[in-house]
Amino acid sequence: MASSIPVSAPADLAPRRRVPWLAVLAVGFVGSLFLMAAAAPFIAPHDPVRQSLRLRLKPPTMEAADGRAHPFGTDHLGRDVLSRVIHGSRVSLLIGFAAVGVGSLVGATLGIVAGYRRGWFDTVIMTLADAQLAFPFILLAIGIIAVLGPSFPTLVVVVGLSGWMTYARVLRAQVLVLRSREFVDAIHGLGGSTLRIILRHILPNVLSSLVVIATLELARAIVLEATLSFLGLGIQPPTPSWGGMIHEGREYLDSAWWISTFPGLVLMLSSLVVSRLGDWLRDVLDPTLRGE
Amino acid sequence: MRGFVSFLGTRLARAFVALWLVSTVVFVVMRLSGDPVPLLLPPDAPRSEIFRVRAELGLDKPMIVQYGIFLGNVARGDFGRSIHFRDSAMNVVIGYLPASLELALTAFVLAAAVAVPVGLVSAIRRNTLIDHAAMGVALVGQSAPTFFLGILLILVLSLQAGLFPTSGRGDWRHLVLPGLTLGAFAMASIARLTRSAVLEVLRADFVRTARAKGVSEALVVGKHTLRNAALPIITITGLQLGQLLAGAVVTETVFAWPGIGRLAIQSIYNRDYPIVQCTVFLSAASFVVINFLIDVLYGVLDPRLRTR
Repeated sequence: MASSIPVSAPADLAPRRRVPWLAVLAVGFVGSLFLMAAAAPFIAPHDPVRQSLRLRLKPPTMEAADGRAHPFGTDHLGRDVLSRVIHGSRVSLLIGFAAVGVGSLVGATLGIVAGYRRGWFDTVIMTLADAQLAFPFILLAIGIIAVLGPSFPTLVVVVGLSGWMTYARVLRAQVLVLRSREFVDAIHGLGGSTLRIILRHILPNVLSSLVVIATLELARAIVLEATLSFLGLGIQPPTPSWGGMIHEGREYLDSAWWISTFPGLVLMLSSLVVSRLGDWLRDVLDPTLRGE
Repeated sequence: MRGFVSFLGTRLARAFVALWLVSTVVFVVMRLSGDPVPLLLPPDAPRSEIFRVRAELGLDKPMIVQYGIFLGNVARGDFGRSIHFRDSAMNVVIGYLPASLELALTAFVLAAAVAVPVGLVSAIRRNTLIDHAAMGVALVGQSAPTFFLGILLILVLSLQAGLFPTSGRGDWRHLVLPGLTLGAFAMASIARLTRSAVLEVLRADFVRTARAKGVSEALVVGKHTLRNAALPIITITGLQLGQLLAGAVVTETVFAWPGIGRLAIQSIYNRDYPIVQCTVFLSAASFVVINFLIDVLYGVLDPRLRTR
């Protein structure tokens, strides 16, 4: 049909699907990020927490001064920045994925049940979602972590719950439509339980949206974790994390720019690539989500 | 018109519920965080003194009573006395408010003034180098972590080029870097949305009709397109303003900007509950109020909504 109407309109959407090499590149990047986190002790050239007074604040160089070079330089305690960036990916990915797990589990469950049952439950959940969207969440996150102390479980729950509303709102809207379809009535008539309808028939229909949101949320979770670490509320030193490294390097911006810059660039690139991957998945799997 | 009024009524009710929930959560979290009294007194203070201060601040009453008193006070705009500043919390926060408003408005004006023209040009020159470059920058701006963007700007424009001061509040030069940092996300979002909103309208039948009639391209874009694309652009721009007012915590911390975001962080560390409650509540309230005003503006700008 498009060929019979000589307008240029659809051209805007087409190229991205025809050129999947960017997506392949993104998948490759995320894959190597995984590898880097998994194999950190084997590929990092130095011990990420070993300090050396003699090697403090050395600028990036490919020349091997003491056996192995410091391509990203060393920090104020003489630790190798490259090795710390490599090990830092573990904190980012671990908390990022665990948080997305928590957020999607809570958000998807509440959203699907709200959309399916409607009534007061729906009203309560959607009001809660609106309230949290109206809230400067970073303040609440800082407050909770300052109270409970910055541990791994606390961070996962806080970062995870910071995004549950997105899942809940989108899935609720989809389930509202799905539940009025004939196949739901048919299964109901055949004696299928509500749980069975939701798990076997509703869930597969909203799975692609769930994957898209989870990918976009992963980018957000990684950045939020780094932000909290930057404020001193993330995983505590000496465990390297990107946000924590940027915080440490801030004191030395004037004399040793590399301490903050390298972890920051890797963080920025990761967030950019993962969110682009999410955008691409959305265009392929579920273009109706564009407006969300 | 009737439908629109009841729509606004629902929105207003939801806004109040949101504010009530926000204040409840703030109350619970702040009370969980422990007793602030030992922080206020010297370590060797006698127990009687501790009890006296506790009673003075109302911390000896049952939790539910404290909550009731708290809600009543919030409704009157009274958040209690700051433990740290020894003044009413509202007064302290209002003292920090101008700096935050100054920063938020700068960021907002910067974002809107750059993003709307960029988005428009991108849409008109779709799939050209300008479009790709602008949208590429917008994508980076949208996913760049705010705090790192601030650090990069300090590093390049302040320490290397020496153009702007690294932190603090003063003349206009102090505003540039924090304004850019805070406004970056809004700028990117507005630019991308402007582009897609304009593209949407350019596809419409009435644009084709106007062109077929021989209306000049400038008029097609300036009158037919912009007017119809204005609604979504105004919506996202307004929503961004709410975010800017509420979300300056990180930017203010990076640039040591003396606004309410930094005040909130410091007060959390000081366990200065009244200040924290007041800042969080005011941030949420400004966000909710702006969103409500956008809904009203919708009705004013789009007659279709009023007649429905």
